[in-house]
Amino acid sequence: MNLAAQDIRHNLGRFALTAVGIGLLLMIVLGMSGIYRGMIDDALVVVDRIGADFWVVQRGTRGPFAEISRLPANLEHRIAAVPGVARARNFVSHSVQREAQGRPLRMTVHGLAWPGDKGEWVNLVAGRPLAQAHYEFIADASLGLPLGERVPLGKDVFTVVGITRGMVSSGGDGLAFFTVADAQAIQFDESGEAVRLERAARLERGGDQDVGRTSPFLLQRGSGPASGIPALARPMVSAITVKLAEGADPGRVAATLAGWPDVSVHARADQEELLVRGMIDKARRQIGLFRVLLVIISTIIMALILYTLTLDKIHDIAMLKLMGARNGMIIGLILQQALLLGMLGFGIAWLLGGWVFPRFPRRVLITPADLWGLGLVVVFISVFSSLLGIWKAMRVEPNKVLS
Amino acid sequence: MPGHPDNPPAIEAVELTKVYGQGNTEVRAMQDVSLRVERGEVLALLGPSGAGKSTLLTALGLINPPTRGRIVIGGVPVLDGEQALVDLRGFRRRHLGFVFQKANLIPFLTALQNVQIALEINDHPPRQARHRALELLGYLGVAERSGNLPEALSGGQQQRVAVARALANHPDLILADEPTAALDSHRGRQVMELFARVAHERGAGVIVVTHDHRALDVFDRTLEMEDGKLLPPAPGVSPHY
Repeated sequence: MNLAAQDIRHNLGRFALTAVGIGLLLMIVLGMSGIYRGMIDDALVVVDRIGADFWVVQRGTRGPFAEISRLPANLEHRIAAVPGVARARNFVSHSVQREAQGRPLRMTVHGLAWPGDKGEWVNLVAGRPLAQAHYEFIADASLGLPLGERVPLGKDVFTVVGITRGMVSSGGDGLAFFTVADAQAIQFDESGEAVRLERAARLERGGDQDVGRTSPFLLQRGSGPASGIPALARPMVSAITVKLAEGADPGRVAATLAGWPDVSVHARADQEELLVRGMIDKARRQIGLFRVLLVIISTIIMALILYTLTLDKIHDIAMLKLMGARNGMIIGLILQQALLLGMLGFGIAWLLGGWVFPRFPRRVLITPADLWGLGLVVVFISVFSSLLGIWKAMRVEPNKVLS
Repeated sequence: MPGHPDNPPAIEAVELTKVYGQGNTEVRAMQDVSLRVERGEVLALLGPSGAGKSTLLTALGLINPPTRGRIVIGGVPVLDGEQALVDLRGFRRRHLGFVFQKANLIPFLTALQNVQIALEINDHPPRQARHRALELLGYLGVAERSGNLPEALSGGQQQRVAVARALANHPDLILADEPTAALDSHRGRQVMELFARVAHERGAGVIVVTHDHRALDVFDRTLEMEDGKLLPPAPGVSPHY
């Protein structure tokens, strides 16, 4: 006869409520783990999907995900000419916050190197990749923009032509993929007045210098659009992504690029390491500590509950001892209840988490390894938390029945 | 009724003394108590509160060993003073049965399971234990309530189940501490008669601590305790000690 099962059947309501309470606690432990995994996955998703072998960034910086990096856009042509490089593409990434349909719209803008990159690699769940050089973009579903939605950004209006899912930045903002030119236009957008003032300033500066006086046509250009002045640099990009040709020696290409005095080169693994260790390390440690605290709290609560359940049965345990029950039977009664409570809590955490977590604003990613890990933790805390009850039960004397 | 080596008494206790505390706080709850109960004999132990009846009963039940004295149960020496000569819990499991004022049934087990658990504790296979538990409940007239939890049973029915549990492992000795205190006189007498029937039919020795003088005719012998000592037997009664 299984005493634990009989006791549970008799106190089913209380046991079920306790299991739900434990389950909710374990769900938070699981959720914390999922939030951490989600953060890592979100942070790595772009690096993984772009699949570049190298990231070329501004000299001395750690790349677009760690800090500001600015490179001239035409650097991509120089890199493309290096032997062993199959493809070099400009990469632009920056966050913007605008208002759409009366609500704040915060997104991370990514530039695709049109026409080589139309966003075919993006995980589209609806719509299509970019089909023209301007005024189209692909939006992550988390931005809440439907296909065909027209969004004014800067001085232009852009149309959503594709929807992707699960592509967010390490900060949790949904990604939006534009052509590099459009991404730069959004990034460096200035008001008409600012442009007019800059042109007037150029005209004034030119007029004060010899070149302005001797070359009136140049002065005239200085008061016009910046694109008409070859001496002014084109807008900068954040990085250049490099894809190696098949059979190319990565070490040799990296050595060539690293030898240039104006850039630094990072392999894909370096970028991932930078993201994980650099940007989200503190968050990881914070969540890790919080998980440890929750596990300790769960253990204490479970221990108290099991201790209380044992106290409720102390007279019965004394009676069992009086009848000659072995310690194993009494320990089994407490331990089986603890394990069942833990397992039920785990199951509730899993089921409830599966329903609740997708509704969280940020991705909560539960991996099988995390589930197994939590399962082991649950077994451990079940056994550990039952020790107090077992200790109490072992100390009970059979003559307690007489009191 | 002197015991034969092949048929030892159910219990033999020699000069049991129980002392609590020491020095100025020393209390002698039991002083040089000796008694012997044969198999099939039903003994009533009488006495006022604080006389030491429960102390004697817990000592005989191997729950609270005496400070001094010897206890032999079914011919097996089990206690010499506080020193256990056998595994006491195992010995209780195989040779003793207990009934108390309260039935002390395990509340989350049915009547049947309360008896069955006593058998399973003594390593009876579940199916066999269940069969015997049903048989015992039938013997005590509560088979029809076998599926009920204790809370659904009357006081008398609970006490019958407790007796069935005490009988489950064919004990050499049944110890009962005021088993009828919570019952009306009719039910109380029924339970006392039950003990007598069990002792006579099943050959167990039974010691019943009681305040209830109305059913003393049921017992084979009565002993009285006062201030931790057994009083001399009433005239005309042949004591074993």
